[in-house]
Amino acid sequence: MASAHSELPAGADEFIALKIVIAGGFGVGKTTLVGSVSEVRPLQTDEPMTEPGLSVDDIRGVERKATTTVALDYGRITIRDGLCLYLFGTPGQDRFWFMWDELTRGALAAVVLADTRRLEACFPAVDYFENRSVPFVVGVNCFEGARRYTEASVSAALDLDPGTPVVMCDARVRESVKNLLIATVQYAGRHAKLVAATSPTTAE
Amino acid sequence: MRPEEEWYDNDAGPLVRLYVLTSGRARESGPVFDLLAAVQATGYEPAPQPLSPEQRLLLRICQRPQTVADIASESNLPVSVVRVLLGDLRNAGLITASRPSRSSHVPDQRILQEVIDGLRAL
Repeated sequence: MASAHSELPAGADEFIALKIVIAGGFGVGKTTLVGSVSEVRPLQTDEPMTEPGLSVDDIRGVERKATTTVALDYGRITIRDGLCLYLFGTPGQDRFWFMWDELTRGALAAVVLADTRRLEACFPAVDYFENRSVPFVVGVNCFEGARRYTEASVSAALDLDPGTPVVMCDARVRESVKNLLIATVQYAGRHAKLVAATSPTTAE
Repeated sequence: MRPEEEWYDNDAGPLVRLYVLTSGRARESGPVFDLLAAVQATGYEPAPQPLSPEQRLLLRICQRPQTVADIASESNLPVSVVRVLLGDLRNAGLITASRPSRSSHVPDQRILQEVIDGLRAL
C-alpha cells in the first residue's frame, strides 16, 4: 500500500487527520463543546450557493448573490505527532445546509448536540446523518433549568435507530465532552465493524 | 481581468479583493483538496515564475505536513482561495497533498484506540 503513494513525502502521506462533525440546532452549544476540549480556530470559507442551499434558503433580496461567506469554528486535538482529531461544528442556520456535505465528507462520525427544551431543532441533523449512513451519537446538552430526561425517552422522541447512542453531557465541562467524544469514537469503531461484516466486498 | 460585479456582494467587505489573489479563478486546477488533506512542501526551489506573497506564505506554513483547514486558518484566507493557490503550488511541484481517501475511511481499531487513549489523557 505504501508503494502506491511512494511519490509523496512520508510526512504528508503518514499524517492521519480524523474528523468528527458537531451538529445541532442554532445556539445549542456546539462552539462551547469544541472549546471545552480544544483551542477553537477560525475558518473562513467562501462557497458558491449551490442548488440544495438555494432550495432551503430565503434568498429574497439577495437573488444576485452567487457566493456566500461562512465563518466556521473548528478545533484540533493532537493525539500524537502525525495523528490529529478535528472537530468541525456545522453552521447552525438552515441557509448554510450546503456546507454540510463538505464538512461531512470523510468524517469518522458525528455528534448531534440536542437541547431537550427544543428537541425539534436537531431533527434535521438526525435525518441528515441517518440518510447518509454516517454514524452519529446524540449528545444531550443538559442546560441548567431544563427538565432531565432519560436516554431512552430522548431516543424515543427522536425516533432513533436502535443502537444509536444517547449520551448526557455538559458542553461546558471538559471531562463531560471528553466522555462524549470517546463514546463517539467507540461507536464509529463498532459501526465500521458492523458495516464490514454485512458487506464483505467493501472490506479492505 | 474583469471581475464580475456580482461575484462578491457588499457584505463581503475586505473579501472583495480576493479574486485578485487567485487571478479571478474560483476553483483550483486538478483534483479538489479535501479540507483534511495533508499538504507538505516538497522542498523544491520555487519555479522561475515568481510566487505571490500569499503563495509564499502558504509554502512557509506547510514546511511540515498541515491540513488544508489548518493552512486556511493559519493564513487567514478563505478555504476557497487557499485551494486555488495550493493548486498553483501543486502544479509547480512545490507541494504534495495526501489523497483525500487517506482521511476518509474509518482507520483500523489500533488507530481508534490511540484516539480514545489520547482523549482520556487530555
